Amino acid sequence: MPPTLAFLARRLLQLGPVVLAIAALNFALLHMAPGDVADIIAASSGGAPVEFVEELRRNFGLDRPLWEQFLVFLGRLLVLDLGWSHIQQAPVLELVMERVPATLLLMLAAILVAVAAGMLLGILAAMRHRSWIDAVLSILALVVYATPQFWLGLMLIVLFSVTLGILPSGGMMTIATDLSWSARALDIARHLVLPSLTLGLFYVALYTRLMRASMLEVFTLDFITTARAKGLSETRISFVHAARNALLPVVTLAGVQIGHILGGSILVETVFGWPGLGRLVFDALLQRDLPLLLGVLLVSSVVVVLVNLLVDLVYGLLDPRIVQR
Amino acid sequence: MSGLALFWRRFRRNTAAVGGLVVLLLIVGAAVFGPVLHPVDPFDMLGRPTQPPSARFLLGTDVSGRDILAGLLHGARVSLVVGIVASLAATVVGLLVGAVAGYYGGVIDNLLMRATDFFLTIPSFVLAIVIVAIFQPSIFTVTAAIATVSWPSVARLVRGEFIAQRDRDYVRACRALGMRDWEIILRQILPNALPPVIVVSSLMVATAILTESGLSFLGLSDPDVVSWGYQIGVGRSVLRVAWWMSAIPGVTILVTVLAINLVGEGLNDALNPRVQQR
Repeated sequence: MPPTLAFLARRLLQLGPVVLAIAALNFALLHMAPGDVADIIAASSGGAPVEFVEELRRNFGLDRPLWEQFLVFLGRLLVLDLGWSHIQQAPVLELVMERVPATLLLMLAAILVAVAAGMLLGILAAMRHRSWIDAVLSILALVVYATPQFWLGLMLIVLFSVTLGILPSGGMMTIATDLSWSARALDIARHLVLPSLTLGLFYVALYTRLMRASMLEVFTLDFITTARAKGLSETRISFVHAARNALLPVVTLAGVQIGHILGGSILVETVFGWPGLGRLVFDALLQRDLPLLLGVLLVSSVVVVLVNLLVDLVYGLLDPRIVQR
Repeated sequence: MSGLALFWRRFRRNTAAVGGLVVLLLIVGAAVFGPVLHPVDPFDMLGRPTQPPSARFLLGTDVSGRDILAGLLHGARVSLVVGIVASLAATVVGLLVGAVAGYYGGVIDNLLMRATDFFLTIPSFVLAIVIVAIFQPSIFTVTAAIATVSWPSVARLVRGEFIAQRDRDYVRACRALGMRDWEIILRQILPNALPPVIVVSSLMVATAILTESGLSFLGLSDPDVVSWGYQIGVGRSVLRVAWWMSAIPGVTILVTVLAINLVGEGLNDALNPRVQQR
């Protein structure tokens, strides 16, 4: 088996324990919650006699010993049964999975914005090290670090949608059925601008600082001195020679940050009415839909693990020296 | 020169950090004395809703005619208390886990670090939401949820420090003297491992305040107190006509978090002077 495939297989196997741990955590949280499914159903039907609640409990297997319930819970998980949302009257997995693509699209756009802008600004700051550009970028980064993302989103809506009126303030697409696919893509892209900027700006700041430090590190290496001695222009040295080598730590960090980006996406989606996991969480919170919330926790954790795996693969492509073990 | 004076001399050199400290002290002062100097119940409906800032209502009123300034001052208490307590709790748990894992190594280390990695993998904000939603929003559950998702980074850091220290000569000497493990951990290694931990947990206060504001924006805040994130959430419904209502608490969060971050950087310069300046 080629090494990359073997690596992939091993990493996929490692997913097992992670999913098992999340399942255990979910199960524990569900049982610490005041009131069980039977209580919720009884309450939603406007109060029910005790016998009826007991009957429900027996039907759901809630009178069985805890370990037995856990095994049943795991067994269901094995056949991808994440439970039933009694409020939306649909399987949790279905509800969650139909929201995953929108969240992934938003995260991807934010990461692209962050890596591209962060790289460029980081290179710029390193080239003009200790100049006013460097200072301004540092101050901006500090301010961005301190800005609550959801609030930034609201302020961008005020500026670009309310005052200037050039970008849509929410949703993922205009409600119209007669759009060609290219017009549809353009429409989604327009809706994507503000949410992805909101979500990405924090990481732009992060990657700018990281890229800058990494570039300064690379600038001290011998091959840069060689390039300078050859008489290459400083721009060429920075963008072609140094930037490639300085990129690695940025990619590593991007992987580490996936969980953080996903968390931020929950808030940003709420602000912009983006129909992803975040909106689902918000609705589930309003309706106290616990199974759905726990389903989102499980699926989003799996998404994080999978995206991390993807980042590791990209890492290997960028730097062939790294042996994927 | 005493340690404290030396510390202050190094801290003072970082002008931005001193500025941050001044702002932070002002905010703490506002949180402590504000509600006394401006004795208005932030839940009282006092005037016409959605008023812009005026002489009577310095920062205007919200959609229910409540005084925004009063909410801001009471919110400062919530943000600071939640931020500081959550960070302290996370630091204590992280110290314990990291110290035990780093000092003993082997199977214990392996188990504890698996748990730590697990908590670092799952999206922490989603976990915090789930915890607060399950146990009902209150100051306590919000603080506990933030602490629950914050300790792993401390644990990792502390473990690293303990691994670096555990085979040093002074630790071997302590063992040879027959000192108990917990004594070596707490009284010998811990003081040496503490400086970077202080920096990380001071920065964690800032993250905790941001997380708290996010939770309360989603409606996951103690219903009996006003918090900054809650105020932004209230202002959001009239964003198009009264943008300042959301802008004011947001700027407050920004300034507070920025001040804490600057102080954290200053602490870093003062406590870990070996870090080179670029």
